[in-house]
Amino acid sequence: MSDATLPTAAAPARRETGRARRESRRVQFVLIAVSLAFLLFFLLLPLATVFVEAAARGWEAYRAAITEPDALAAVRLTLLVAAIAVPFNTIVGIAAAWAIAKFEFRGKNLLISLIDLPFSVSPVIAGLVFVLLFGAQGYFGSWLQAHGVKIVFALPGLILATVFVTFPFVARELIPHMQSLGSADEEAALTLGASPWRTFLTVTLPNVKWSLFYGILLCNARAMGEFGAVAVVSGKIRGETNTMPLHVEILYNEYMGPAAFAVASLLAGLALVTLVLKTLLEWHYGDAIAASRRH
Amino acid sequence: MTVTASFRWREPSILPGFGLALGVTVTALSLIVLIPLTGLFAKAAGAGPADIWAVATSPRTLAALRLSFAGALVAALVNTVFGLILAWVLVRYEFPGRRLIDAAVDLPFALPTAVAGISLAAIYAPNGWVGSWLAPLAFRVTIPFTDIAFGFDGKVAYTPLGVMVALIFIGLPFVVRTVQPVLEELQGDVEEAAALLGASRLRTVFCVVLPPVLPALLTGFVLAFARAVGEYGSVIFIAGNIPMVSEIAPLLIVIRLEQFDYAGAAVMAAMMLLISFALILAVNLVQAKARRRYGDV
Amino acid sequence: MSVAVTIEAIEKRFENFPALRGVSLDIQPGELVALLGPSGSGKTTLLRLIAGLEEADRGRVLFGETDTRDLSLRERRIGFVFQQYALFKTMNVADNIAFGLRSRPRDARPDAAEIRKRVKDLLELVQLPGLDKRYPSQLSGGQRQRVALARALAIEPRVLLLDEPFGALDAKVRKDLRAWLRELHGRTGHTTVFVTHDQEEALELADRVAILNDGRIEQVGSADDVYDHPATPFVCEFLGEVNKLPVKVVGSQAFFDNRPVLGGLTQNQGGAAALYVRPQHLRIVDETPLALPGTVEHLRRNGPLRRAEVAIDGLKKRLDVDLASQVAPAIGERVKLRITHGNLFAAA
Repeated sequence: MSDATLPTAAAPARRETGRARRESRRVQFVLIAVSLAFLLFFLLLPLATVFVEAAARGWEAYRAAITEPDALAAVRLTLLVAAIAVPFNTIVGIAAAWAIAKFEFRGKNLLISLIDLPFSVSPVIAGLVFVLLFGAQGYFGSWLQAHGVKIVFALPGLILATVFVTFPFVARELIPHMQSLGSADEEAALTLGASPWRTFLTVTLPNVKWSLFYGILLCNARAMGEFGAVAVVSGKIRGETNTMPLHVEILYNEYMGPAAFAVASLLAGLALVTLVLKTLLEWHYGDAIAASRRH
Repeated sequence: MTVTASFRWREPSILPGFGLALGVTVTALSLIVLIPLTGLFAKAAGAGPADIWAVATSPRTLAALRLSFAGALVAALVNTVFGLILAWVLVRYEFPGRRLIDAAVDLPFALPTAVAGISLAAIYAPNGWVGSWLAPLAFRVTIPFTDIAFGFDGKVAYTPLGVMVALIFIGLPFVVRTVQPVLEELQGDVEEAAALLGASRLRTVFCVVLPPVLPALLTGFVLAFARAVGEYGSVIFIAGNIPMVSEIAPLLIVIRLEQFDYAGAAVMAAMMLLISFALILAVNLVQAKARRRYGDV
Repeated sequence: MSVAVTIEAIEKRFENFPALRGVSLDIQPGELVALLGPSGSGKTTLLRLIAGLEEADRGRVLFGETDTRDLSLRERRIGFVFQQYALFKTMNVADNIAFGLRSRPRDARPDAAEIRKRVKDLLELVQLPGLDKRYPSQLSGGQRQRVALARALAIEPRVLLLDEPFGALDAKVRKDLRAWLRELHGRTGHTTVFVTHDQEEALELADRVAILNDGRIEQVGSADDVYDHPATPFVCEFLGEVNKLPVKVVGSQAFFDNRPVLGGLTQNQGGAAALYVRPQHLRIVDETPLALPGTVEHLRRNGPLRRAEVAIDGLKKRLDVDLASQVAPAIGERVKLRITHGNLFAAA
């Protein structure tokens, strides 16, 4: 067509859902009601209960429960464990994503499956494996004892167990995103003379920063909230090896319900912050976070 | 074209850092995950056949495994049904608060399990918000001329039902989050084609719309199931932990460990892992077969 | 079996976008009609309205004497072929084709043997015998298209609707399927409406072509009607390449640059007008009367023909001229062009 410029009107971006794709109003209403009821009983009530029970004895009791020395020690320990486990898994996650997303090699699918493995291992077993290795009767138990090193029932054990259960989080978010981006940007930077590190820091990382942040966020939430794995390796020594979730358990088992819920409310607050950040990330960078819907 | 017979284990690339990145990954994976898990299996195997058999067939072990796997199965089935409905509602309907509900679905991922555990226990306890409403609903039915009876004694917390409530809670997001993107990507034209060919809405949904969603539904089911089998924190508070009745397998592992029965704990853990891995493998094979047949179109 | 379709003053808007603004069209029983237009012209919306997949804001569609608003989708008995085929990927070819029959209410449902026979016949009709056990993912694009057609025909439709039936296929398959569809229509005689943006396809296949633009029908007529006697400049431009020449009409003659270029005009009021001339209606001539002098500036190949671009004195845009079998002029050569046929429209 030599010179015929056709008048084109902007078509509607998304056609209304045609009537052949809709259920009747009554069916829609029933399904929505069922969904809301299900969420009410299994999600919203438990969440609300935490805050209601925490506030049951008033502000003073709440303040006392979260500022007593054992509670503060638990908060400190939880932050410390997360401060070590999360950066460790972040670095390993980035390394794993780099190797898997940018290179083709044999055994790649096996490696991906192995990285995901901790997801299908009970947290209790994640703790157990370290007790079996480093506990008093463990493979390295007597050697460690002879050298005065304490891993189980001490900070290193808590960290190891936490690293185990949060191992896949960062890699899991980064791999699909990096795979979808391909290697063209890095190849361009390298051919322009940038050093490998510079390429990585100025090209690769900025490209995937939101999915990286997303992975770190989920990793951190799990690290701070982990219960089963740390319960096994902690020994639950008050003020020493008690993380916040373990402290909640001890208080609850000692029939100090309101205090347990007070500490629990801090963790629930953390969960809400995580959810809000996660949701904001998904709304704004949903396309970048390739695997956002997988967890 | 020349055929190179030489073994090449990775494609050449101009990008640097493969050795370093893979080295870090494999080292960390080995130290944190693989060697400790191998140690577990070695410990279990080292217990000797007689001890393994004794642990594996002890009534308490079997009861705990049965509760964990059956509870996880029921919870995953409940989550499959409601998760599908939830995903459907979130993808297809407009209603106030939809985005909020969508975000809330991930709560079980974010809320520490111990917090969920004490909260669920408080709600479903006989004097709790929901528990006190359930007590009057107790019933018992005996099928005439048989000894078979079933019923609900009005209690959820501190019974196997309580275990299932907790397992439903922690498995809830898996089905929704695996099914949701598949529902979003479904082309509308197949539904319209079915309607024009004379199919009722019900037939359209069950014969045309849902079959392509089945693999994702199965994946969600398996994820929820795998998570529920090993779940500990959210269960132990609401379960009551009565041996042979409401004692889950992970708890029995912890109890054996506290009794310094390392071998017994290792044997049970190994059994749980082997059963889980076998189930996941089986499902993956089914998925692969479905993909080959229907294609990813 | 075939039924007349009457479209009466249909209006339809999507949110703020008017998709159809007053469309009327009568389709005879057994007729093959093309809805032709650019994207966004409303042609697909019109097709979906006939099918009942959309509801009109105003106006109605009749099948024979029946107002379709009183009919459910099933009662309409529409055979609809979607652009992306919309085959059910978890069903094999036989189950896809049988789906409509099995969807009938129990008392109207043929038995299993009857369904098997119908599927077999339909597969033969669409020339895919023996493929009944294949899944859609195992078929080529052209095969999927024919399965979609067989599935639509299985319910013995009163009207067959095709949405860009060849849109997703490559050029060669398209041409083959086109001839085959024409022949199939000749045999089955369904009232058929198909949507296309390809004017060649519409002109070749359809008994009548309805050209849509911006939610309105610009012209309806046979291929010859619309091509030779376009009712509007849009139709003229949309159906093929065309040169535009601003002219002044005095009496029965059109003048460009005070030079008469086309005579024998009727029914014109005179004054400024636009003369639309297709490249094949320009001829290089020797004699001077009724000719446009110009310079050949470019020569190129256009399929089987050669094409010259000729700069006309006093006109900015070069004219495209199809060179029939004659000896080609050289670039830079002065030539005279005679207009053998043109369409005159009031100046915009």
